[in-house]
Amino acid sequence: MSEYLLCLFLFCIGLYCVLRKRNIIKIIIGLGIIEYAVNLFFVLVGYRIHGRAPILAKEQKILNMVDPLPQALVLTAIVIGLAVTALIVAIAIRIYEKYGTFDITKIRRLRG
Amino acid sequence: MILPFFVIIPLACAFLISLLGKLNKRISDIFANLGTFTLLILSLSAIRYQLFAKVIVYRVGGWPPPIGISMVLDGLSSFILMSVNLVSFLVCLYSVSYMNKYTDKYRFHSLFMLMLAGMNGVIVTGDLFNLFVFLEIASISSYALVAFGTEAEELEASFKYAIMGSVASSFILLGIALLYSYTSTLNMADMGSVLLSRGNSLLVNFISVLFLMGFGLKAALVPFHAWLPDAHPSAPASISAMLSGVLIKVLGVYALMRIYFNILGINNIILSIFMFLGAASMLVGVILALGQWDFKRLLAYHSISQIGYIILGIGLGSPLGILAGLFHLFNHSIFKSLLFLNSGAVAYRLGTRDLQDMGGLKERMPTTANTNLVASLSIAGIPPFNGFFSKFLIIVACIQSRQIIYGICAVIASILTLASFMKVQKYAFFGKLNKKWQDIKEVPGIMQLSMVVLAVLCLVSALLITPLFKPYLESAVNVLLLGRGYNKAVFGALK
Amino acid sequence: MKSKEKGMTLIVKTVTRLTVGLILLYGIYIVLHGHLSPGGGFAGGVIIALSFIHLMLAFGRETALKKLSQARASILESLGAIMFLSIAVLGFLGGYFFLNFLFKGKPFNLFSAGIIPLCNIAISLKVGVGLFTIFVVLVLFKILKEDNE
Repeated sequence: MSEYLLCLFLFCIGLYCVLRKRNIIKIIIGLGIIEYAVNLFFVLVGYRIHGRAPILAKEQKILNMVDPLPQALVLTAIVIGLAVTALIVAIAIRIYEKYGTFDITKIRRLRG
Repeated sequence: MILPFFVIIPLACAFLISLLGKLNKRISDIFANLGTFTLLILSLSAIRYQLFAKVIVYRVGGWPPPIGISMVLDGLSSFILMSVNLVSFLVCLYSVSYMNKYTDKYRFHSLFMLMLAGMNGVIVTGDLFNLFVFLEIASISSYALVAFGTEAEELEASFKYAIMGSVASSFILLGIALLYSYTSTLNMADMGSVLLSRGNSLLVNFISVLFLMGFGLKAALVPFHAWLPDAHPSAPASISAMLSGVLIKVLGVYALMRIYFNILGINNIILSIFMFLGAASMLVGVILALGQWDFKRLLAYHSISQIGYIILGIGLGSPLGILAGLFHLFNHSIFKSLLFLNSGAVAYRLGTRDLQDMGGLKERMPTTANTNLVASLSIAGIPPFNGFFSKFLIIVACIQSRQIIYGICAVIASILTLASFMKVQKYAFFGKLNKKWQDIKEVPGIMQLSMVVLAVLCLVSALLITPLFKPYLESAVNVLLLGRGYNKAVFGALK
Repeated sequence: MKSKEKGMTLIVKTVTRLTVGLILLYGIYIVLHGHLSPGGGFAGGVIIALSFIHLMLAFGRETALKKLSQARASILESLGAIMFLSIAVLGFLGGYFFLNFLFKGKPFNLFSAGIIPLCNIAISLKVGVGLFTIFVVLVLFKILKEDNE
């Protein structure tokens, strides 16, 4: 149970980082923390006590293995996270070119 | 058999365009238009299949549903597929001329087709995680498309949209993880049946809150709407038309409906939350729209308000309410994309989006002005147009379910919508011609063509509630009314 | 202090020259054995991309781009995607989208598991070249800015 709560704690740290920080780069890092908290949680969901990696090998029988499906799904989620992060970093660099700052309180041309 | 092609065709077009687009300018136009046209034909034929067989389940890779990924075509998906592919074809036609002012047009088309693949995938998939993947494909390409012009405002809007969208996606993924741990399956139909047998629990309530936050943000319901008025106006006009016209409906409203009605199961508390959020979006969106002078920003606020109507109608939970909500969803995708295309046409010739700067454009740009008049009357709910029927039905459904207050809210929002579009007409198209715009011409023919087709559709789609076409709409409504009987329908279709 | 020579010091360059081939080879190994052992298209693709990024960090931009120019990278990326999609579409030969239509072979042999090794190769092409392109694009932003200043 405690590991799930730690995941939640990590999630909250990321959320705090996204909501509260002013620097664009820190916001992106916060987003990464959120993603990893969710991924970690998803992997833990499939874990069994003393479970082994679900890999078929020659002349071996695995009796107690962890659930392989969450691992496959998390791999997909990581790839998606990579794409989003790369895109946002590219946008952040372009924003820095245009505005000359990473401070979101100064990047406010859109209002209303 | 036709189901996977809804994903294959746009994906293949996207990659072929990115491979060959550099060679010749025309290649991307040809591929994109051919692709969207084929998709339109396919979704028309999907209607026929669907009316014939009710539910069609496609087994990807030959694996049966609880194990493998399945694709499901039922009334609701065929209805939404129709509206998505119709709008996307016309928008694609429009952008043949419109996007000429941008460099790298082939990149635009490539991203456009990727977004379309994501949306079609969300609609046809029968697997919850697959839905998430397609949702992310559509979202990521829309982040990139919002920033397509790479001006300061566009980048800022895109950054805001991307951050909020990714946080929403994380909420959705967390919800999926919890749901998987609770049901040990990812197939939506199977999930529904497991949840039905386990009964309600605290965890399911928590999951439904997570999904409401995630998909509510994608749908721009009111507490989560802050990104929309920035993101939608910043994109090129044809993309604004896609984002406002179909993207928020597919990623937001459709996914919400599918998950709440068919998987988690609907109850009165969730319905009343939907109704409240719908009414709030309706009023807040339209009130914020009143004070806007930026043409596209005004339209974006109206998107929030109209999504409110849809959610209110569906949240009523009665057959008439859901029918009205879905009908309004279709109508809104038609007239809102037309309005955005109009704003794009004005910006194409004038280079401005400020309403105070325009005036008297009716003399110089008659097609744009007339189609805009049709769309404005339609969104404001003036009789012969489609918007009137769906709004009227929503109000009737409110009264029928004894939700008089929400009915009054809908009437007020409708009046305010009319007021705000009278402002658009007065400042942009009627009145005196501004001296600056003495020499402007009407936009190129192909842009006019797609606007005229959409304007005609504004009139024609009112026929959807006539007895001739009503079975089509009702087959979509029945899917939602079926609730968790969805799993029986899906597994029944396999045998 | 800035020397005209591009890239890092001689030590780094020498070590890179020795290791870069091995990294690339290891990436290819991971891809080809993806259906037998942990790894697969994505992990192998990342390692392949890292070998090129390694080259770029040590020798500077020009050397790496000479091996794999940006235009060629984007072509390869699209080709990887199209290859994956066409493998999936070829499943229609057996009647279903994404059907594993090839001969499955014996488990634990290199030539087994039907279309999965082919899918892995397509994915590794897409991922490897895609990651490299992302890196190049992000670096190019910085260089453009330095040139302006």
